[in-house]
Amino acid sequence: MSTFEEHTAGFLAIELDGAGYEDLARAVLAAESAGFHVATFADAPVPGRVNALQRAAYAGPVTRNIALVPEVDTVYTEPFHISTQLASLDYVSGGRAGWIATAAEAPEAAAAVGRSFVEGDALAQEAAASIEVGRRLWDSWEDDAVIRDVATGRYIDVDKLHYVDFETPADFAGPGYSVKGPSIIPRPLQGQLPVLAAASLVGDGQVPVDAVDAVLVSAPTPELLAAEVRHVRARLGASVAIVAELDVVLDSRGQAAASRSDTSQDDGRARFVGSAAGLTDYLDSLLKEADGVRLHPASLAVELDELARLVLPELRRRGSLRAPTQDGTFRGLLGLGRAENRYSTSAAAAAAAGK
Amino acid sequence: MTQHNRAIFQPSGQIQFGIFFQGVNSGTIWKAPESGSQTDFESFRRIVQTAERGKFAAFFLGEGLRLREHLGRPHALDVVGRPDAQTMLAALAAVTTNIGLVATQNTTYNDPADLAHRLSSLDLISGGRAAWNVVTTDNAWTGANFRRGGYLDHADRYKHAEAFVETAKRIWDSWETSAGPARRVLHEGRHYTVDVSPRLPRSAQYRPVLFQAGDSPEGRNFAARQADVIFSAHPKFDDAVEFRRDIVARSVDAGRGANAVQIMPASEFILAATDREAQEKKAWVRSLQIGPQQAIAYLEQFWGRELTEYDSDGPLPEIDPVVEETSETRGSGFHGAKARQLADQWRAEAKDKGLSIRQFVTSRTARVDATFTGSYTAVADHLAQFARVGAVDGFNISPWLIPTGLDDIVNHLVPELQERGVYPTEYRGTTLRENLGLETPVRSNEPVQV
Repeated sequence: MSTFEEHTAGFLAIELDGAGYEDLARAVLAAESAGFHVATFADAPVPGRVNALQRAAYAGPVTRNIALVPEVDTVYTEPFHISTQLASLDYVSGGRAGWIATAAEAPEAAAAVGRSFVEGDALAQEAAASIEVGRRLWDSWEDDAVIRDVATGRYIDVDKLHYVDFETPADFAGPGYSVKGPSIIPRPLQGQLPVLAAASLVGDGQVPVDAVDAVLVSAPTPELLAAEVRHVRARLGASVAIVAELDVVLDSRGQAAASRSDTSQDDGRARFVGSAAGLTDYLDSLLKEADGVRLHPASLAVELDELARLVLPELRRRGSLRAPTQDGTFRGLLGLGRAENRYSTSAAAAAAAGK
Repeated sequence: MTQHNRAIFQPSGQIQFGIFFQGVNSGTIWKAPESGSQTDFESFRRIVQTAERGKFAAFFLGEGLRLREHLGRPHALDVVGRPDAQTMLAALAAVTTNIGLVATQNTTYNDPADLAHRLSSLDLISGGRAAWNVVTTDNAWTGANFRRGGYLDHADRYKHAEAFVETAKRIWDSWETSAGPARRVLHEGRHYTVDVSPRLPRSAQYRPVLFQAGDSPEGRNFAARQADVIFSAHPKFDDAVEFRRDIVARSVDAGRGANAVQIMPASEFILAATDREAQEKKAWVRSLQIGPQQAIAYLEQFWGRELTEYDSDGPLPEIDPVVEETSETRGSGFHGAKARQLADQWRAEAKDKGLSIRQFVTSRTARVDATFTGSYTAVADHLAQFARVGAVDGFNISPWLIPTGLDDIVNHLVPELQERGVYPTEYRGTTLRENLGLETPVRSNEPVQV
């Protein structure tokens, strides 16, 4: 458990699933100007909700500072396409893209693409394979592969492009596959996009810890959330950032939060129901345990208003929330340095030298 | 409402422009100092906003599924590397208001339910400006990047593509208004089954506009049955008129109106204040498109061996090609067993015309038929002729320079065309379908036959 003295200010993410295609620009701008560091885009199969990655892409040129992080399923999608799409998102957002890698346990998703239903342990295997393909493809162009050398007529240096030659492991539960590479797009601006996944998918025998940069941690109640964050940190070690998941329902516009809280749907996340002042105190203490907190507002417009006016300014005043970084990258926000390229000649030489 | 005879083609008297941001090949010059990034968002923003200023109907992006290769390695000499079409177009939707956004997307290495959902997403995000340029692939070489691998036979590719497109249309048509709910769409195919409950309403233009580019008889029939616009390869006047006649006949045979399918040939424009300057500019453009190394590399693709010892200003190599049974590792355009025959033909042709390697390759690779070269006024006069007889509905322009390649077209050619009354001065509406003047699509709910 970290002490107050050791504590560095955390970040806040907001889930924008409540924003549809018509009010998306307004919602993401409101989140950015409120001081949220990250906007996430769920890809839940909700009627009327458009593709999460495209919503994030649309938000790219509209915003400047906020990281844009869509959910993209790993089980029923093509890893090659996902890798290209996410790299493209990084280009259109100026290096502010991330990826919440999800593994949909959904018979409907399987039927939609005509594949057999994947469940249980096999889900994490699918996720691990897709993340590995994505990361290898992002590295498949070295940063300086585009040389535009007029003298030799070469646009690229072929020695800096690499076939990824991915094969699913021998114990792969689903139908095995391979991906040749290289990517069709140069390395993303961030080198490697930060990858996030639910903590329940990550760890021994699942998605390897070093495949992800941050995990999303859930607990049944707000009281249990901090303990769960500590538990996950102990289980996964210090290499991944921990983001606590929290539903929020706030007193607003003369209505008590409790009267606005729909308890019939259990999404497995802790739910804070109460006043803005109460939430501020709660987040202040939660941010001492977690690196960041992702808020899922009950109603985007209503809660975002309260959060922007009352909660975030007070958290910043108390020093528990970071100031937004102008033109920063998502890696920068997570405290990650420049990602080394696994294929680069200097990296290979360093590995050979036992560094 | 006037009662038109739907079997008789009626020219609109107008032409429209699209821009095809190709991303890869030797057509796009990267050696000129003013050539910008092919991947930075700023290049895309700059060129799409210029096109919108010029009232272009559509902005096209190509799709890449595997890097082109040369003698077993990625091809090094041309522009290479491009963003995902729909991701880029979703971002461009935020910085544009009227221009259509066309994603080239393959039917072989996408899943119908997923692709239909994403195109529908782009259509809703852009307020009804999305389109799909339907292409097919059938080679295992491309399949090596995908889970299904090379699962499709060449003979099956249009059958598969048509079932794919029909399934997508049924998904788009299944939810009439935002009130929903959608009807479940089931497609039982030879290669896989799709069972999906669509989750998105129809857009302001009902569903994405469909472009199609195949030119074989199967491709033309497919387009006549399914497409709104053909991205054709017939920009020369007489050829364009003949192609129009053929497509009108096929559209009527398919039970659609004579005007149901529009035609926009791929084209390149090299323009200047005078014809003479334009010709000089053309020589400069060609010299940058096919440099000495590109000329040699072009022959190497067909010879199947290194030819670096040959002088690009000298005659074609006397040495014979390496004949291989398989062509796949070299990408498209190579026909293994015919290599020697082809080499003999080319040597004879080059000798006949007195062409060096570089001149010969330039003559083969340049968009000879698709290039409009001349002064702004001469080219405008020529294009007005196309409009008058309805030879085409527009031109899909591949700029040879990114991101400034449309500047002279928008600043000089478009006003000339507008003065002649053959080019729009304003967008007709906010959707691509409105701007192209396309009919409202008929709802598709027939079971898909494969």
